Amino acid sequence: MTTKKARETLPQHPMETLLRSERLPHIWCSGCGIGTVLGSVMAAIQKSGYDQDKIAVVSGIGCTARMAGYIRLDSFHTTHGRAIPFATGLKLARPEIKVLVISGDGDLLAIGGNHFIHAARRNIDITVICVNNLNYGMTGGQLGPSTPFGAKTTTSNSGCPEEPFNFCYLASACGAVYVARWTTLHIRRVTNSITEAMQKRGFGFVEVLAPCPTSFGRRNKIGNALDTLKFYHERSVIRNDIDPKDAPMDFSSHIVLGKFVDTERPTFIDNYQQACRGQMSDWPDIGSKVTPGNQAGQ
Amino acid sequence: MANKAVLTGTYFMNGDYACCEGALASGCRFFAGYPITPATEIAERMSRRLPELGGIYIQMEDEIASMAAILGASWGGVKAMTSTSGPGFSLMMENIGFGICTETPCVICNVQRAGPSTGLPTLVGQGDMMQARWGSHGHYEIIALCPSSVQEMFDFTIRAFNLSEQYRIPVIIMADEVIGHMNERIVIPPEAEIELVERRKPAAPPGDYLPYHPDADWVAPMANCGDGYRIHITGLTHDERGYPVMDADTQAQMVNRLIQKIQSNRDTIIRTENIYLDDAEVVVVAYGISARSAKQAVREARACGVRAGLIKLETVWPFPEKLIRDVATRVRALIMPEINAGQMVLEVERCAGGACPVKLVSHFGGSIIHPRTILDAIKDSIKIKGK
Repeated sequence: MTTKKARETLPQHPMETLLRSERLPHIWCSGCGIGTVLGSVMAAIQKSGYDQDKIAVVSGIGCTARMAGYIRLDSFHTTHGRAIPFATGLKLARPEIKVLVISGDGDLLAIGGNHFIHAARRNIDITVICVNNLNYGMTGGQLGPSTPFGAKTTTSNSGCPEEPFNFCYLASACGAVYVARWTTLHIRRVTNSITEAMQKRGFGFVEVLAPCPTSFGRRNKIGNALDTLKFYHERSVIRNDIDPKDAPMDFSSHIVLGKFVDTERPTFIDNYQQACRGQMSDWPDIGSKVTPGNQAGQ
Repeated sequence: MANKAVLTGTYFMNGDYACCEGALASGCRFFAGYPITPATEIAERMSRRLPELGGIYIQMEDEIASMAAILGASWGGVKAMTSTSGPGFSLMMENIGFGICTETPCVICNVQRAGPSTGLPTLVGQGDMMQARWGSHGHYEIIALCPSSVQEMFDFTIRAFNLSEQYRIPVIIMADEVIGHMNERIVIPPEAEIELVERRKPAAPPGDYLPYHPDADWVAPMANCGDGYRIHITGLTHDERGYPVMDADTQAQMVNRLIQKIQSNRDTIIRTENIYLDDAEVVVVAYGISARSAKQAVREARACGVRAGLIKLETVWPFPEKLIRDVATRVRALIMPEINAGQMVLEVERCAGGACPVKLVSHFGGSIIHPRTILDAIKDSIKIKGK
């Protein structure tokens, strides 16, 4: 049966309305984890119940960033590292639109790292989904800010000489109100976390560890896609609600997963409303008068 | 100065503030920026004025983010701008290219200071003229306007927004430190007298709409995010659907249209102010603050009985090729004063095509070109054998 004929005769895929199916087949390699995350993103969008005409997807550059081109929503495939500031402008201009940023680890946290920390600090009301495949896949497998110390890449032939970021710890330290980490093995939890992060007001961050057999796996002992998923299965430990600084990804022992942060804090718009359009008291707002008796150091 | 977007009246104001007021009068309601001398006053005034008008001022972490944010805001359907100077302008280049490729209306005001690098942060320069034209990678057309007074900072900012909305392109206001910091009389007209252009909306329903299918003027109608069209926007080479297509034919079609939509509309985009041109035997071509010096020099030359004329470039990109080509055939010489080592003069030379000598009056930056220097150049040119 030809592909065209198959399309005519087979029942519609449940995600058909959310997919730009005319753009398939996609560009991702066999065994890549990004498609799994795309499935979770679409499931979360359906589950969230938001008006799909009012959801936008913004991505940067890289394998994961191509996801924006396959989702049938307003979707913006922007420049390398700049998905978050683009999304910031879009969200502030049109607050009624739910904005998802979906990109890779190199895009969001190397070239885009500065924007990531400031958007979290400002508590911009966007959901950031990072597919972490531990390397730059699209350019053929170079080391990135997530590459584990010692891992082999095309720019670290004898092992990565750098320590990676703990993205969840970074997001939490910068003020994200929702922080979770899963792997592509934990599809249901990924979907739930994306849904929860979308429903939350403020900067939500969901990290999804994903296999990259073509660029990363084959150069390291982690192997092909199935081997990688088995590795996740063996090494994953779910520790919800712990401080993400205590949740490292130590591939030699345990990969700590979980929902680490789920809190509330005024968003950029809330604070802007108060500071720029409302009544703000003088800064610093010192409550009780400081007297010599209660001064620090006395 | 109550809660009003258009502050109709007569003021004594600096150029940076006038730019800000022009933007607000144009309907700009989003500003993302980063402080940099000598453009900071635009951001400062925006931060005060925008919240009360229901708009957003956000100070981003750098100029890269500022440029990305205004593109995002523009796709949200809000007129957006940023302002900067040389170092920040350099940082914006990649996303200006993204704005060009995705055809995103927005305005960038570059209040030029002297470079290269940190250069003279507080002093005037005109060294970013070629960067405005060619600074982002790849081939494209751009629109850049050059104000030479505080009034023009206001007027040209409105024009910049109108052109950006009409042609779906980032428009650059190439101001300079003196224009930005100089205080002059400015008249802000009544709101009803300000003509505004809004981006063309799609006539087709969501299923039939092709985001990059142009109308007869080469410009495609623009659906905003959230309008129900479910657009896909990418900086990759894309077809009329907006979908990436990696081949030479699509590249040719896309780039050709990016060029044609400006080139085929150049007669409406290009504006110059021509003074004493009809009988001129020497013509000064100038822009920005140097056009003020040039105007004075031309007047003084006329007072001495020298038939000098002036072409003040209001639109610098696209360059007024036809006018320069035409004038070059009937004058003894063309003179171009500019505060750089010779940038726009290359365009003048190209268009003159050897029909007359082209003389550069160059200043490397830090102060304006004195009218007397230009006057001397005019007088020297008179000695050139006439036509």
